[in-house]
Amino acid sequence: MLKYVQKRLLLAIPTILFTSIVVFLMLYLIPGDPASIYVGENKATPERMAQIRHAMGLDRPLYVQYGDFVWHALHGDLGRSLQTGRPVTKEILDRLPNTAELALAAMVIAVVLGIGLGLVSGLRRGTWLDTLAMMIALFGISVPIFWLGILLILLFAVHFHWFPATSTPGLRGLVLPAISLALLSAATLGRLVRSSILEVLQQEYLVTARAKGLRRAAVVMRHALPNAVIPVLTVIGLQFGSLLSGAVITESVFARPGLGKLVVDSIQNKDFPVVQGVILVLATVYIVINLLTDLTYAMVDPRIRFD
Amino acid sequence: MTGTRSAMIPIQADAADLSRKPRSLWTDVLHQLLRNKGALAGAAIFVLIVIMAVAAPLIAPYAPYKLSVEDSLLPPNAQHWMGTDQFGRDILTRVIYGARTSVAMGFVAVAISVTTGTVLGLISGYYRGAIDMVVMRAVDVMLAFPGILLALVIIAILGPNLSSAMIAVGISGMPLFIRVVRGSVLSLRELEYLEAARVVGSRDSRILLRHVLPNVLAPVIVLATLGIPGAIISGAALSFLGLGVKPPTADWGAMLSEGRNFINAAWWLSTFPGLAIVVIVMAINLFGDGMRDALDPRLRL
Repeated sequence: MLKYVQKRLLLAIPTILFTSIVVFLMLYLIPGDPASIYVGENKATPERMAQIRHAMGLDRPLYVQYGDFVWHALHGDLGRSLQTGRPVTKEILDRLPNTAELALAAMVIAVVLGIGLGLVSGLRRGTWLDTLAMMIALFGISVPIFWLGILLILLFAVHFHWFPATSTPGLRGLVLPAISLALLSAATLGRLVRSSILEVLQQEYLVTARAKGLRRAAVVMRHALPNAVIPVLTVIGLQFGSLLSGAVITESVFARPGLGKLVVDSIQNKDFPVVQGVILVLATVYIVINLLTDLTYAMVDPRIRFD
Repeated sequence: MTGTRSAMIPIQADAADLSRKPRSLWTDVLHQLLRNKGALAGAAIFVLIVIMAVAAPLIAPYAPYKLSVEDSLLPPNAQHWMGTDQFGRDILTRVIYGARTSVAMGFVAVAISVTTGTVLGLISGYYRGAIDMVVMRAVDVMLAFPGILLALVIIAILGPNLSSAMIAVGISGMPLFIRVVRGSVLSLRELEYLEAARVVGSRDSRILLRHVLPNVLAPVIVLATLGIPGAIISGAALSFLGLGVKPPTADWGAMLSEGRNFINAAWWLSTFPGLAIVVIVMAINLFGDGMRDALDPRLRL
């Protein structure tokens, strides 16, 4: 087990490293050098530009600048926003709770709804329940998040006035965004759980359990479900990435002040320090979550550990 | 391989069996597809939408960019089946024209993903070694950015417009094809006929093109078909966020975003473009599912 943990950690660290290199290089891939981006629309003499370049440390070798970038990042300094002048870290920390709340709420809904749908249709295969559940799932994967959000707003905010149209703080403002974010993941999980259960139900060890005299419910609960759940675990981890990505869109639909909205606004305003900071944070979080998912998967499925 | 027969062993077969020509993989696939009503319906709808996109100037009732302030924000009626927007532009017309950017995005982005992914996957899987390591690390890094974030990085670099959106979505889709093609190549590599080709003296490129690639195509085609709806949605999402097409271009994502501002007064602004996206996505998904089912026993996806 320890060897597996070591192996996964060894894989994750270079990935984070290379990701930070990509994020760092972003600024240099943009047409024009960082100094002119910083100066923006203002006209500056070549001498002034050279001064700015020196002040920004742009005349040092690339790897030195990268080392500086990492050093500062590890100390929590991600630069300053070109738009507001405030530290990027502060901008991120201000908005992180909003995004985390949304992602977690959506994750809970997606897992509960998805596994529920999958179980219902897998265990009651061929009945109207199965068809209904799978139609909901097909709808879920076909409807884009931004449209679903708008539909929910139309129905529940504008028409019924049950929930606010833009995301207000607190639980009520969380419901509509969380549901629209969760539906795609719920649908994907539902389809996966269904096929996983169907596959497990065909296994022979279930027949053995029945032959031993176990009631059908016990067979399902003790043998079928735990084995069906294993592939679902990895997918849940992957869905987290999809939720992070979807949160970017959902926050724009519901005007929710989170990291997603921050990064989109910053791209439009060409506020590159903020863009770099947010993307670095989000990518690192995603890599860590994937690592944790893999480790959980190894804990749950003993077959993985002894490979 | 088709055509080999064991003529030595007498088999109880009637004349009808023996006279039927052996069917190739693709004829089989076609037959199975034709029997799948859902897949056929999906394909038909998609073709209709593509025709609609191409023939937009001919079938649209109004001009897509003509402003007409006195007609603004009209609900659906006899003259404007889908109503008008805040500038008085007919929404049905803009939905029809919007099909152009969506279909273009779907095809171009997937084309980018497929070509770059397949080439890299072929090279990586065939040559192994250092190149394989580099490509696989690159794939890991690309997959480290969840979902739309990679596209956002690319758009941040290239600047927000339609072509960067297409490139961004195309590159985001690349890792999947690299992995799938590489996996196929790895399992095909050890086969003897490749070694035979090498011994005879075929150049590597010839081996790759003539022997490896055709066997790798089946999963690639299914994934490409199923990738088009994803690309369309990603493109619409980027336009929705204001990072894709620029106004006044008619695009379903952009129309959804504008409609969001008028949601209290005019529900029709956002509803119809969104409906269009759902229809095209469902249609392609149905067709893609059918293709995958038709090819299913022959590969493990």
